[in-house]
Parts: sequence; C-alpha cells; structure tokens
Amino acid sequence: MSPSPVPWRTETVSVAGINLSIASAGSGRPVLVLHHDIGRPEPALFDDALARTCSVLVPSHPGYDRSSRPDWMRSVRDVAVVYQWLLGDRDLTRDLTLVGLGFGGWIAAEMATMAPRAFKRLVLVGAMGVKPERGEIADQALLSYIDYVRRGFGDQRAFDRLFGAEPATSRLEQWDLNREMTFRIAWKPYMYNPTLPHLLGGVAIPALIVWGRDDRIVPLECGERYQKALPHARLEILDGAGHFVDMEKPDELASLVTRFITEA
Amino acid sequence: MHLMYFTEQPMSAYPEQEGRDFGATALMFSNRHFDPVAGSRLYNEYLEHYRLAEEVGFDGIMLNEHHNAPFCMQAKCNIFASILAATTKRVKLVLLGNPLPLADNPVRLAEELAMIDMVSRGRLVSGFVRGGGQEQLATGVNPAYNRERFEEAHALVVKAWTQTGPFRWEGTHYQHRVVNPWALPLQKPHPRVWIPGVLSKETIIWAAKQRYPYIALSTEIEATKKIWELYDQVAQETGYAGGPEYRGYLQRCHVAETEEKAMANARQFMWMQGEFTGLAHPVWSSPSGYFSPSYRTAFVEYAVGRRSNPRGAAFEDQIQNQQIIAGTPKTVIPKLRRLLEETRPSIVGFWAADGFVSTEDTKTCIRLLGQEVLPALRDMGKELGLWSPFEANAPTSINFSEPARPQESAR
Repeated sequence: MSPSPVPWRTETVSVAGINLSIASAGSGRPVLVLHHDIGRPEPALFDDALARTCSVLVPSHPGYDRSSRPDWMRSVRDVAVVYQWLLGDRDLTRDLTLVGLGFGGWIAAEMATMAPRAFKRLVLVGAMGVKPERGEIADQALLSYIDYVRRGFGDQRAFDRLFGAEPATSRLEQWDLNREMTFRIAWKPYMYNPTLPHLLGGVAIPALIVWGRDDRIVPLECGERYQKALPHARLEILDGAGHFVDMEKPDELASLVTRFITEA
Repeated sequence: MHLMYFTEQPMSAYPEQEGRDFGATALMFSNRHFDPVAGSRLYNEYLEHYRLAEEVGFDGIMLNEHHNAPFCMQAKCNIFASILAATTKRVKLVLLGNPLPLADNPVRLAEELAMIDMVSRGRLVSGFVRGGGQEQLATGVNPAYNRERFEEAHALVVKAWTQTGPFRWEGTHYQHRVVNPWALPLQKPHPRVWIPGVLSKETIIWAAKQRYPYIALSTEIEATKKIWELYDQVAQETGYAGGPEYRGYLQRCHVAETEEKAMANARQFMWMQGEFTGLAHPVWSSPSGYFSPSYRTAFVEYAVGRRSNPRGAAFEDQIQNQQIIAGTPKTVIPKLRRLLEETRPSIVGFWAADGFVSTEDTKTCIRLLGQEVLPALRDMGKELGLWSPFEANAPTSINFSEPARPQESAR
C-alpha cells in the first residue's frame, strides 16, 4: 500500500545567526515546502509524495523543531527574509516553487510579495496571513495542543493514524515549543498581516490556492481573499480535508502541486 | 512586624452551577453572569472591611488585581489604592501588585503610583507581579515576553521615579521618546517595592538580586523554607545578608468565635482555589512561553489532563500543613507562632476570608484578628527579632543601599 520510504538528508546551515535545519530529498524541479505552525510531522507524508517527482527542500522555521531560536525575531516577515537569504546563498530562486502549508503559507506569501517575479510558482494551502472578513482564525492560545491539532483535521482518524489517539508527551512538548515561537512572531495581530493584502497585487507568478473544505482553523474565505488579491491565482477546494490538507490528503495534494508546477 | 489585611475581593454573587457546568471560572467564563448590582454592594463592603482593618490596628492593606474571573473583583489595584489613599490615614497601601508585563505604558503606571504615594502622604508600597497566565490572554499581552517585559517595565518605572526628566527610553519592548512625568513619588529614593510570588525560582532570584522583600503567597512551610534558603544564598552572593526584613508571607487565616464556625468559613478558601485561585483552565493558565522552560513538561501534561494542577491540594491537607489556619484566636496564635518560628517573616498578610463568608463574619474575623491575634504576633515579633523593613529601616533596593529616608509630608 505505502510506497518505500523516501530517504531524507538533513543539514544545518547558518543564516542570520540561526542554525537552520534543512531536510532535503528527491530530484527534479526544486520545491521549497514551508511547514505549519505545529511544525513538520514525522513521517511527513506530503513531503515524501512530492519528493518522488521533485527536488524538495524543507527547512525547520527559525525557532521551530530542529532550528535554533533567534531571540530577536519579531515577525513572520523576518522569517520570510531569512528564507530569501537562504535561497540567495544557494542561487535557487528562479526555478523554485514555493509551497506554504497553513502558517508556512503566510511565510510563502510574504516571500512572494518581496520578490514578485523571483519564483516559478506559488502554492498556498490553507494559508494564514490575511484577516478573514466574516469568520476568525482559530486561536490556539485558547486550545490545548491536542485540541488545536485535532481541530485542523476533517477526519479524526487521520489524526489518530499520524499522532496516535493520545500523542506522546514529547510530541506535546515540541508543539508547545513551536507554539511559543508562533506567539513570539505572530501574537498581535494574531496570524495575519494587515498590510499583506495590499501587497499581493504585485506578485507576477502563477499561484495555486488549495483549501480543505472543512478547514476549521483558517476559514475558506481567506482562500477566496488570496485568490482575489493575487493576479494569477486559482482556488482548488478539496472535499474531505480540514486545515492540515497535507496530512489528510498527502497524495492528492502532491499530485495537484506536481501538475501545477509542470503545466505550461 | 508588618501585619497586613488582605482579601481577594471575591465576586461570589454569580450562579455557581454555571461555572461548574462551564468547567472553568476564568478568562472565557462569560460576564453575562456578572451582576453589577451585587458588584456595587460587594465593592462597598470591601471598602468597609479595609477601613475596619485600619481601625483595629493592621499596619497595612494588601491589594492585588486579576482579570476576567470571579475569584477577584479587583481589575485594577491602583483604583482601590487611590480610594484608600484618601479614605484611610495610617495604613500602608501595599500593592502586590501591579502586573508589569500587562502595562503597555509603564510611564503612565509610574505616574499613577506617584499620585497614590503623594495623596496617601507616602504610604505606598509598590509591589510588582508578572500577572497570571490567563491575565496575559485577558489583556492581549504576549505571554512569551512576559519576563522580559516585567524586567524592562520595572527598570523604566524606577528610572521615571528616580531620574530627573526629560529622558528618552529606547528599549526592546518599550519606547518612549519623552519621559518626564509631572508626578513623582513622595517617598525617597522611591516607594518600597515588594515582590510577591509562589514558587517561581526566577522571581525569587530576581527579587533577591534587587534586594526587594519577597512575599511568599500561601506556600507550605517546608516550601517556604526553601524559598528563604534560595533568597538568602542569592542575597549573600549579591553582597548583603538576607533575613526577616526581606521575608513576607501571605497566610490564609480565618478567625471566629467558635472553632466550628471558623472551620466552616475556612472551607470557603477552597471556593475558587486552583491555579492562582480560580477554577482554572489548564490551557489558559499556562500559555506557551509564560512558564520557565524547566516546567515545560509539567505544564504540557497539565494542559492535556495528564497531571493534576501542580499547585492544587485538598482542604484537609492545607489545614494540616497550615496553608490554611482557622479557629478562635486562642487556637490560631500557636499555629502562627510556628509559622514565625520556622520561616521568620517580618511581613505577614492575613487573607481573612473568601467566597461566601458573610460580611458580618468577615468583620468579626477582622476585629478578632485586630484585638487578639495581632498584639500576640507583635510580641512574638519582638521576641524573635522579626523587624519589618520599616522597623529595620532597610534600604529600598540594591541600587539605593543607604537606609531609606522617610519623607516628612506636608501634613
């Protein structure tokens, strides 16, 4: 049923004084995958699926998972600049596709506004970053680590398969560390940048917006706002998925992304 | 000894079952259950209790504040301090305290406190706290910078009090282009600062480094001794000797005419007891980044129900270990003696009643404390050499190590 595991290489590079941990796998067109606020799950099924057709680079965000915490960092834009720096060092930007998952989608959107033509494609999946006009972005400060992540799943059995019905304390501690870093850079306004919608109009590259129809973390209307604000964007809504589309529908999402990257 | 009266100002007039059904009486427990008619009555009762406390001989009135929760009606301790500054004559107004990280404008806070000090003719003791976990959420303040904001706001307030303006403040969390408040504290070099806390080592160490008295909030005697071990050790490293004038303790202590009545009323101390007393919500009371990383595992487990509240204990246990003392004056005095002998504080706050204890019983408790318990404690204090910072004329802080000069007011 499940294909053979993908061998990931990890390396640590220094950017802006941060020890950034980067996982990479696969070959083909280069893709930078930016993970959720809860960090990168292991196994990362979507990353695995994508690495079968693409060359995938997955950094741990500064202060998340395996990367060191920059005490000075104050905003999601800071993260975006750190990644621009990383990509600049590697001369990677021109053919690169950005894939941002949830919170990582916000980082990707900020990166795209900074360099409107620098990337090949932009993919935002259930992205934070813009303020909903009717609903609200779920406040994780009010939810336990488990309840917050469960809220992001349309199908609770998918959560159980990935994390176990009762996730280990060590995983909760990691979620707590990641949550703390999220608070450090995205506390107020919570999970959006009021200036971002005004800047998305300059993004010249094609964008694919993907949303789980049952996303209870970031309302679907945010996907619609992204679609309106980005000049070359289309919106795909996936049934049977919540916020963590990559964890619930890894193969479907990977083939959507692959098709989008390879289409003319 | 410095003997203070304290109440959490319980907002007990709300439908209790609603709170139990909701599962928490904090942060998100709706204020549609708040009754301003009862609130108005209770505020005025509490003011009456404070005035009575002064009348019967307490040295100080300890005030605090909390947000979004019925266990404490006081949303801003400076408001009550202002009222008491004008309506009392003798007692110290001991704020334990203003939650510094919640202040977006510490200069404003410095002004308010200076005003209270002047109006009260130099009776302010200005304690500072970090604020409970849920308080960060109630005020929209980032819990991850709680300690940094505490330290920076403290430095700014003290500078605004002691350094002639105008000056400029370009900090990490606070930036003020012009600091030049036209309101300065009467007491010099500045009002005394006492730091209350539970068991957070970081706070104890910080207070000891500043040479500020630390007020242990209802900890067990053995835990309290450990606090003083740590405090004294840091004091020694910092270059002074710790001792009673740096030690305070908040004691839950209810006194009545009979043992039975005292014990029945003392059960009300359990009314809201949990994390910082409220029927706590494990997630809201420990937002990520608020606690020291050394407690991460404990609070993560607590947040998902794998561990009971690290701070909870049953009523009987608390009676046994004297975290709650209840009885007639005759029976509580020996217990208080044990507290004084074993932990040697010079500052003792009496948390006299909580929950649904009637205003009559509360007043009886205050009277009995004043008439019978406080005089006995004062004698013990002399016998045991427990001199308060005022009696010892202790320095205000490490930065102002000469003895404090009590300012003659324009009386």
